[in-house]
Amino acid sequence: MQWETVIGLEIHAQLSTKSKIFSSASTQFGAKPNSQACAVDLGLPGVLPVLNKEAVNKAIKFGLAVNAHINQRNVFDRKNYFYPDLPKGYQISQLDWPIVGEGEIDIVVGENTKTIGVTRAHLEEDAGKSIHDLYDDYTAVDLNRAGTPLLEIVSEPDMRSAKEAVAYAKKIHALVQYIGICDGNMQEGSFRCDANVSIRPMGQEKLGTRAELKNINSFKFLEKAINLEVERQQDILEDGGEVVQETRLYDAVKHETRSMRSKEEANDYRYFPDPDLLPVEISNELLASIKADLPELPVEKKARFIAELGLNEYDADVLTSQKSLADYFETMLIGNESNAKLCANWVMGELSALLNKNQIEIQDSPVSAQELSLLIQRIGDDTISGKIAKDVFKAMWDGEGSADQIIDAKGLKQMTDTGAIEAIVDEIIANNAPQVEQFKSGNEKILGFFVGQAMKATQGKANPKLLNEMLRSKLT
Amino acid sequence: MSIHNKTIAQLSKGLNSGEFSSVELTQHYLDRINSSQLNAFITVTDELAMEQARSADDKIAKGNANILTGIPYAHKDIFCTNGIKTSAGSKMLDNFISPYDATVSHKLNQAELVMLGKANMDEFAMGSSNENSYYGDVKNPWNINKIPGGSSGGSAAAVAGRLAPFATGTDTGGSIRQPSSLCGITGLKPTYGRISRYGMIAYASSLDQAGPMTQTAEDAALVLNVMAGFDEKDSTSAERDVEDYTASLNDSIKGLTIGLPKEFFSEGLDDEVASQVMAAVKEFESMGASVKEVSLPNSAYAIPTYYIVAPCECSSNLSRLDGVRYGYRCDDPKDLEDLYLRSRSEGFGEEVKRRIMIGAYALSAGYYDAYYLKAQKTRHLISEDFKKAFKDVDVIMGPVSPTTAFDLGSVKDPVSMYLADIYTLSANLAGLPGMSIPAGFAQNLPVGLQLIGNYWSESKLLNIAHQFQMQTNWHTKVPQGSE
Amino acid sequence: MSLSEEQVGQIAYLARLSLSDEELQSNTKDLNSILSLAEQLAEIKTDDITPMAHPLHMTQRLREDKVTEKDQSESFQAIAPKTGKRHYLVPTVIE
Repeated sequence: MQWETVIGLEIHAQLSTKSKIFSSASTQFGAKPNSQACAVDLGLPGVLPVLNKEAVNKAIKFGLAVNAHINQRNVFDRKNYFYPDLPKGYQISQLDWPIVGEGEIDIVVGENTKTIGVTRAHLEEDAGKSIHDLYDDYTAVDLNRAGTPLLEIVSEPDMRSAKEAVAYAKKIHALVQYIGICDGNMQEGSFRCDANVSIRPMGQEKLGTRAELKNINSFKFLEKAINLEVERQQDILEDGGEVVQETRLYDAVKHETRSMRSKEEANDYRYFPDPDLLPVEISNELLASIKADLPELPVEKKARFIAELGLNEYDADVLTSQKSLADYFETMLIGNESNAKLCANWVMGELSALLNKNQIEIQDSPVSAQELSLLIQRIGDDTISGKIAKDVFKAMWDGEGSADQIIDAKGLKQMTDTGAIEAIVDEIIANNAPQVEQFKSGNEKILGFFVGQAMKATQGKANPKLLNEMLRSKLT
Repeated sequence: MSIHNKTIAQLSKGLNSGEFSSVELTQHYLDRINSSQLNAFITVTDELAMEQARSADDKIAKGNANILTGIPYAHKDIFCTNGIKTSAGSKMLDNFISPYDATVSHKLNQAELVMLGKANMDEFAMGSSNENSYYGDVKNPWNINKIPGGSSGGSAAAVAGRLAPFATGTDTGGSIRQPSSLCGITGLKPTYGRISRYGMIAYASSLDQAGPMTQTAEDAALVLNVMAGFDEKDSTSAERDVEDYTASLNDSIKGLTIGLPKEFFSEGLDDEVASQVMAAVKEFESMGASVKEVSLPNSAYAIPTYYIVAPCECSSNLSRLDGVRYGYRCDDPKDLEDLYLRSRSEGFGEEVKRRIMIGAYALSAGYYDAYYLKAQKTRHLISEDFKKAFKDVDVIMGPVSPTTAFDLGSVKDPVSMYLADIYTLSANLAGLPGMSIPAGFAQNLPVGLQLIGNYWSESKLLNIAHQFQMQTNWHTKVPQGSE
Repeated sequence: MSLSEEQVGQIAYLARLSLSDEELQSNTKDLNSILSLAEQLAEIKTDDITPMAHPLHMTQRLREDKVTEKDQSESFQAIAPKTGKRHYLVPTVIE
């Protein structure tokens, strides 16, 4: 049977505020255990929550960026359940009146652009961390993370493959960094994905029973976990079995998903409006001012790269796929305004290759955007050729200095002295009579031979354009 | 007059004129507490009290004192006090030494008051008789076989028994007014949001409100001046300036319109209580007030409404008591489940468990609409009734409690116990301020008159109560043995 | 509508309370009498009434995003039932 995969994602993005959503404790990652869990975060008897303005503003930013309806009156609810890393015995979240309503975002998979619906996004508090391997007989609880603001972004079940799910997750990941609401650090858990996966016979409208995959901390694992789950469900259904609605934990080491033992079974969250918090009202003025302050969105940037810089769709899409990449590219453009395509090629070519090879993020590149920009300027002003530039770049990567220092030190400056080039050209023509004849009898390809000889004689430093012109005029 | 029969206003004069020192005064109360049989305190903080008294005397000597400097008080054990056990009357928090101060505690410290100790109370403020305390029943100073009322029973008994010039209380469904009434003292529950709830251990967050319990309305005004005020740590606290609540105490109440809700004089009200209440109303008429009948038709539903809303909130509020970060943990839990189940079952008392279960059920899938949502809608109707009534009248009066204090141990069935709150719950559901003032005796036990005012009308209520106390002497009566 | 002992047991578990047989019996009786009290509410027409979650018609005040809390873990953990290596400890949780 032909099966269709249906995927919806729940993304938890930690909002990059200084203090927690309901307390004035720090949200900094990596502090000593429990040193950032204040009385409110610990849920001491008598403490009360007070909402962080910045968390609200950041949620609104996201809503505006996905063209969503902002609920100008939204309400916090309590989600009740017991767990050691949930200090109050309830999580403050939003159920019926989330801050962000329906929105949408476009993804590109292969040749196709597809619109994915965002069902809602709501504010909530993160839980602490349970550490199971610190003691043999105990689970250790660190509540530093408790109360960190989260935006839970829920998608429609609009994705039909693991690839689409990854493309969507990456789009949201890029977006939250663009608009400065989340640092996107997946290793530290700032950006987490849960996937709801089901399959159904191709053509059937009714959704199949879904499983929720949790504990996925990279895009690579997201793709693997979904594919694994799709296979598992197919096997079950093709054997005549039934898929159970459950939460499954992805284990990246064993590359398997396993059912989370009965945890969900008895859960009845008993949501009700949190009586310690009042309804949040968002004024038209606040909405307008956040809208006005919103930075250029990836989709807008992409359109601008195409229209103003003349980049093609593919290049523009790649360059805007991550904020850090776009930032790098735009910094490089300064001084290279008329060479946007060349800059794009360098970022996506030489630079990306070395970054990938060394597994370095672009923001940590040993060659900064300013430094690379200067190198491109030297190509642009004919100081060096593109070919020589590649050598210079490698030297820059190895820390041998700036582009100009390396060009000077290695004497790589292009020969633009017509007289000197002419002398060399004359000598080569004089020494290679048979090849001259071939050219004259119409073998255009033989020109390459002369260029090669000239480059050899000048250690590649002859200005190629000048050389070509001179050879042509002398040979004809 | 014995020193302990003096009001705060009188004690303040005595302290500032050098008639007695705060150390002497504090020692006097500590001695009385130590020889008292009322069980009004869970913790007596004698050392701290003496230290605060000495520091107050210092201030007075230097002429830096304010009006309440050096006045002792009993603090309901629901307010967190830094470094001092804060139990909320529960085994669950028997070992809880609060690492922080409630905003109210902080304000009372700032005002240089002297804390004598933490007053006994029904566990987590759930109860109308103070028989639900882990620390034992509190006894009514007027008759030690009777209940003092609850949940601020220790506070009421302490003031009536002259163990403290005043006490703090909290009122979720009548917990200031009902014990004040049954013990013959003055108690004020302000408008919801007037006093910060930060650090006040939550029972039902949308209903809880702190207030003063005193001998007189004038004293209540003095204490409210200190307790009230906006607190940025409490999202539900009102951003409103604090008035000087003593400023209008002496205003005339001529022309005052009193509303008497017919529903407050219905079946179940003790005849003698009713006649004391009506006598008090007559007294107001003689002072130039007029009386009008009003109707609060939905107040008949206050009991079911309250006993859904409050348990729902408490079932969630008390989830944090899980034996993980503070409070009671059972011995040798075999696994996490066991830790939760035993710590909570062993740590909570009967009534608390009952309300937690009612709340858990009323909020659970499939029942939310029928119970919680329905109760929130009825709550709206109850509050609308008051809105209508206050278009015609300045204050609503009636009984606080349908009976005088009953015998300890006599009411065993929870629903019968809940009926004791019938006249007090509506004000909490609507968020309105209410008072209980001494209005006579029935069966040799005090009867309180309830005043319910419009939102933020604390000054008006205190003015009305003060004027009554200028004409009557019920508030000066002292239980035998406490003179 | 009346709750069975089994249902009361489930409710108790939801609230992480365990009841002895005797307690289960008495609580079933009490809960049922309290709920029958609550059933009076069914008499009231509330179709067009908005639920009232708060007594005051105020909206949420927002806090500035500032860190003002200092590390007080020592005093907080001094009152904890069991701690180790700066953590709160509970019996091992199997995920």
